Amino acid sequence: MAKYIITVNRKEYTIDVDPDIPLVWVLRDYLGLKGTKFGCGIASCGACTVHFNGNPARSCQLPISSIPRNAKIVTIEGISGVTLHPVQEAWIEIQVPQCGYCQSGQIMSAVALLKKNPNPTDEHINAALNGNICRCGTYDRIRKAIHKAAQIESSN
Amino acid sequence: MVKDKFIPGRRSFIKTTCLVGMGLAIGIDSLARPFNIFHKNAAGVDVELSPFILIATDGTVTIVNPRPDMGQGTLQSIPSLIAEELEVELSQVKIIQSDGKSKYGSQTSGGSTSVRQLWTPLRKAGAAVKEMLIKAAANRWGVADDKCYAENARIFMKGTDKSLGYGQLAEDASKLEVPLNPSLKDPKDFKIIGKNLKKLDIPERVTGKAVYGLDIDVPGMVYASILHSPMIFGKVVSFDAAAAMKISGVQSVMKCERKMIHRMAEGVAVIASSWWAADKGRRALNVKWDNGGLDKTLHTETYFKACYDAARKSGINFEEHHDFQTKFNGAKLKLEVNYETPFLSHVPVEPENATVVVNDDGSVEIWAPVQGPAETLNEVADYLNVSPEKIKVNATLLGGSYGRKAYIDYVKEACFISKAVKKPVKVIWSREDDIGQGPYRPGMLSHMQGFVKDGRITGFHHHAIGESILGQVFKGLSDDEADGTICEELSTRNSKYQFAGAEKISWTNVKTEIPIMWWRSVNAANFAWGQECFIDELAHLAGKDPVDARMDLLNDERYKKVLQVLVEKSHYREKLTAGRGKGISLFSSFGSICGCCMTVSKVNTGIKIEKVVAVMDCGQFVSPDMVKAQTEGNIVMGISAAIKGGIIWKNGVCQHSNFNNYHVLRLSEMPELEIHIIENGEAPGGVGEAGLPPVAPALGNAIFAATGVRLRNLPIDINNLSMVG
Repeated sequence: MAKYIITVNRKEYTIDVDPDIPLVWVLRDYLGLKGTKFGCGIASCGACTVHFNGNPARSCQLPISSIPRNAKIVTIEGISGVTLHPVQEAWIEIQVPQCGYCQSGQIMSAVALLKKNPNPTDEHINAALNGNICRCGTYDRIRKAIHKAAQIESSN
Repeated sequence: MVKDKFIPGRRSFIKTTCLVGMGLAIGIDSLARPFNIFHKNAAGVDVELSPFILIATDGTVTIVNPRPDMGQGTLQSIPSLIAEELEVELSQVKIIQSDGKSKYGSQTSGGSTSVRQLWTPLRKAGAAVKEMLIKAAANRWGVADDKCYAENARIFMKGTDKSLGYGQLAEDASKLEVPLNPSLKDPKDFKIIGKNLKKLDIPERVTGKAVYGLDIDVPGMVYASILHSPMIFGKVVSFDAAAAMKISGVQSVMKCERKMIHRMAEGVAVIASSWWAADKGRRALNVKWDNGGLDKTLHTETYFKACYDAARKSGINFEEHHDFQTKFNGAKLKLEVNYETPFLSHVPVEPENATVVVNDDGSVEIWAPVQGPAETLNEVADYLNVSPEKIKVNATLLGGSYGRKAYIDYVKEACFISKAVKKPVKVIWSREDDIGQGPYRPGMLSHMQGFVKDGRITGFHHHAIGESILGQVFKGLSDDEADGTICEELSTRNSKYQFAGAEKISWTNVKTEIPIMWWRSVNAANFAWGQECFIDELAHLAGKDPVDARMDLLNDERYKKVLQVLVEKSHYREKLTAGRGKGISLFSSFGSICGCCMTVSKVNTGIKIEKVVAVMDCGQFVSPDMVKAQTEGNIVMGISAAIKGGIIWKNGVCQHSNFNNYHVLRLSEMPELEIHIIENGEAPGGVGEAGLPPVAPALGNAIFAATGVRLRNLPIDINNLSMVG
């Protein structure tokens, strides 16, 4: 066990954990941030997607010992303030989730995409979200909701 | 909608009642007695059985949802049935999940039954409470009942500005006779049913706040990761836990059992203060297994070989009309082929998990994503040999299921370990456990025979071959017994195809030890593949267009209408450029009829799926958008089943472990989707599964239309059709 300091959603946490433990389990079982989900453990499903210095990252592949103290980590709990993020608004508008379990990861990938590319084409969306599995099959709505979110963001 | 996260059930229910004082609770007992209502008496003693509705004196309306939500929307669709008749808005209602107790009747989300079974009983429950509240108000005002009406959780006196809230009337209403035949609303007056209302649970699901089984925390809880036998039924001979015990956080290592429905399997569990430590400990285990002859029996190739052998022999006749075999033998234009479907894994993104505490006094509390709270309660009572009254089930939201979480082996594992370590235990399966341990949808073979005459399909035989869920998992099949659930679905009573010559449905049970279970749409997706592709083949043999040939066979107006609308909406009759093709299929399951049209185009050595149009006739429904969403999901899962997946077992070991070698459809592969719902006011049909069976055959038929290649084995590698025979 070793002590680590990490910054998640602009808040600093000190934790005493195994150096190998991946960020997903730190978030869920030590910081109580359970919006980030576990799905495969090998970066193949995207359920654990968070933002690492602004980029989407699979938190099941980030051992705590590899995370610098000044790294900025943002989870699904950290993307909205008083109001919902436009991506979340769009997800509600289009009624995307079925079981919803994968949607934290889908939304984190979508938010990261729109930050870099405020008006993505279907091809851009395919490339950015292909690593996020939805077994309920909400892909068509995810695509529509990302276009909708782009609209909401541009009108804000 | 205020929603308890995972604290349904009797205890919290009574607590709520006590907190708010006198209330009215009313419910239905069971489906067998669909309208047996009991209510709370004035002394505050609960005498009600199965309360589905509670109206507290502060006006809070609580509805118990008896069907767990795994994404199909029951958290909203089922309470909508009550709310519609009770004249309350969903935003005014608190919804809690039932806890498995028998008073709530059947509680399994499965078989696409929820709306179908509860449509009338729950509407009646809502309507009865409304009538009691009206009577209470009328009594208080000294007017006739018909001078009063209900709206927006209040009773109003017609022509006046007088009104009373439900909370103010609850106590009086609870003392009244329960009307046995309350009048139900005319569908034209519906405000909730049939409307596109937003699902109120979605905000929680997009903010990370929704609580799934995996998110449960119980004070004092420890975690377990279980090394299951790589050959599933291997026995633990010995294990070396020394390396595992050295890992920080690991507390103990123990042999444990996995109680499947039909048999027992063994494993070694590592218990630790975090799941990461437990799983790391598990990877450090050294276990010696006795695998018996499992390397020979757990082998999909051997199983399919036995299926093909069976296809060369006669099966058990389920039904035969007009001596099919003799007519087939004498027919001039005939066809005999086999269609194969693979084993499949459910792979819900939330892996199997359960949190359980078995207390010293024998009481048990369970928090888990399960499709059936009542089955969970009863199976655990049997397994632990404790009385059902001592078990409390908290059925959480499910992060996907598709049939898998109706099989609660993982819950019993947590029971076994908690009992041994005397602490609350959370068992989490890895993805490797989920894919490698089953149960699976069985792979099946359709042996098809048919003949045509004078441009018509006149003879049809479907010989269904494979392992039976009924046989392997449940009651067993005797040697001369056909699997009736499968054969009935293939019968012309279900397909509505009328063959002028002869027809036959037969069955051969090919056994396997590879564990099988329900998978979304169960066997319908296995056998729709053979049925609907073969109808296409026979249509071509008869020189008919596949749609015209089906129209010629159909004798049911609803089926014909689905096909007509499908032809229209998919522009089926329009000429396509070379290298593109449209394929049609039609299949009825779970009380609904679904037609599917796929458009594909040739790309290099393979094809691309351009567009899928589905037409769903599910009779009456609660929410058109939920019907669409379920159909979209079924198309995605149906395409996955057709072009991905295919679980292979070789020499006792599953050849897949995770999403890197067991694939499901991804966003970049999504075709354009279009869903149309037929509105006809017929009895409600199932929505969660009926959209899946027609998907694969529509694809197979489209590939034939575009390329002239007839594929009969799933899965199809759509990028490389030349590789397929």
